[in-house]
Amino acid sequence: MSEASPPRVVIVGAGPAGIRAAATLVEAGLHPVVIDEGQRAGGQIYRRPPAGFTRTVEQLYGSEAAKADALHALFDRLAKEGRLTHCAASSVIAAQDGQLHVLGEGGVQVVFYDRLILATGASDRVAPVPGWQSAGVYSLGAAQIALKAQGVALGRRIVLFGSGPLLTLVGSQLVKAGADVAAVLDTSAWHQQMRGLWQLAARPFVALRGLALRASLGRRYHAGVTLERIEADGQGVTAMRWRDASGRERLTPCDMIGMGWHLRAETHLADLMGCAFTYDEQWRQWLPKTDRMGRAGNGVYLAGDGVRLLGADGAEIAGRLAAAACLADLGHPALAASADLRKLARLERFARGLACAFPWPAAMVRALPDDAIVCRCENVSAADVRQSVDFGGGEANRVKSLSRAGMGRCQGRYCQLAAVELVAAQAGCIPDAVGRFRGQAPVRPAPIGAFLRNG
Amino acid sequence: MIAAGRIVRLAERDRAAVHFFLDGQMRTALAGDTVLTAMLASGHALRKSEFGPEPRAGFCLMGACQDCWVWQDEGPRLRACSTLIREGMRLRTTPPESWP
Repeated sequence: MSEASPPRVVIVGAGPAGIRAAATLVEAGLHPVVIDEGQRAGGQIYRRPPAGFTRTVEQLYGSEAAKADALHALFDRLAKEGRLTHCAASSVIAAQDGQLHVLGEGGVQVVFYDRLILATGASDRVAPVPGWQSAGVYSLGAAQIALKAQGVALGRRIVLFGSGPLLTLVGSQLVKAGADVAAVLDTSAWHQQMRGLWQLAARPFVALRGLALRASLGRRYHAGVTLERIEADGQGVTAMRWRDASGRERLTPCDMIGMGWHLRAETHLADLMGCAFTYDEQWRQWLPKTDRMGRAGNGVYLAGDGVRLLGADGAEIAGRLAAAACLADLGHPALAASADLRKLARLERFARGLACAFPWPAAMVRALPDDAIVCRCENVSAADVRQSVDFGGGEANRVKSLSRAGMGRCQGRYCQLAAVELVAAQAGCIPDAVGRFRGQAPVRPAPIGAFLRNG
Repeated sequence: MIAAGRIVRLAERDRAAVHFFLDGQMRTALAGDTVLTAMLASGHALRKSEFGPEPRAGFCLMGACQDCWVWQDEGPRLRACSTLIREGMRLRTTPPESWP
């Protein structure tokens, strides 16, 4: 062909946002490349078990079964018809100047792009609790993935704690599947939860479904708890020590703990791409800046929980919008966006209600005992972080250099928000003033052999 | 205390058996298990922390926290939560003493 080759659009992530973005591009006649870490498309919330598992979509996804099924079927059809290229079980580890370095089973490959849609999703937002480095402590998301994708509980007797919709959801899913859930401990007090109520009314059915799930937990559920410490022996977790809303000390024996306070946007690739970030006061984390459609500039588009924490329904809409923005910028006819933008605004109101009702436990983190571990990767303690502030000042990247918090193999994904909270407390400033850890390529650990094999 | 393994199988128990080696001992898992599930079905940890005394058993199960990298007899490590178990795999909870 004498004409210029069609633009190469690469989508990172095959969850709800990535799948909708891909479908929108395919409809406009493009052939996107979708790179995803999962073995099968679906993302985390609609994650699919490996081949050969037999539970139905209703058993796996409950009230969201139809949505999950529709997304899986759509993606599988487009892949089968050869209208997109799916790089499964592959991680984008570096991105610069139209090139992505993609780590897969065969080593590291270079993938070229003209436009990049990042739909990287989110992971659990966790806050350290003394003893959380022990074996048997997992994120709430981990407990859900284990159940959904493997059909297992990660322990014989389970305590879940944190706050947010996932706490209730995972608790009720485990109970329904026959796991022994001893306690579900919510750090948000009832009066705090009521404060988010008027915004949660933006999605009345979702709010009511949450209350019904909560009711299914019965007396296992406790609001307004104080988390004291996770007790462990040489094999792992043995009990959870906590205080109830009236201040009474409680000890709940268990061998597994699931923890999480809502979600943390996965932003490392957006950071490498040079996106601007702002500190979101309500979500207590840094989020990349985009326009309403998801444009971040320089041919980069962001969609889903990696940019705004709206959950799966919001991610589907944001995926469509980001693809529409990308198509418009490539000179394709504009797609109608106003209905999607209105829906997104309603979801945003609901999400703000969630953030208010189930807040990040800032006071708990600030009061963390000196010997508590903050960074699980390298066992950096709260004292290490505090001392580094006294020595080098209250700036995130100096704290990182001096204390090594955030320098381990997870690259700060699970300690950054708590570390910044501790630094702010020690330095007497707000978290925004502390700044955020700089992202570094490779954003996933890459075995050196993966580069060698590639010559 | 953990009698057999850390995990409890609640569903999907009718899958073919897969055999692998953990620290030189033969173990049985089910086809479709991740390495993490397979190892924790009969054990309580995946590895020891490099920076503390405690054993580790994974944390996020979605490839983000990197807590679950385990060793193989042949040398290369793998992320246990995102790798499926294969017949004959030779896994270790500690680094190999001598490099092949």
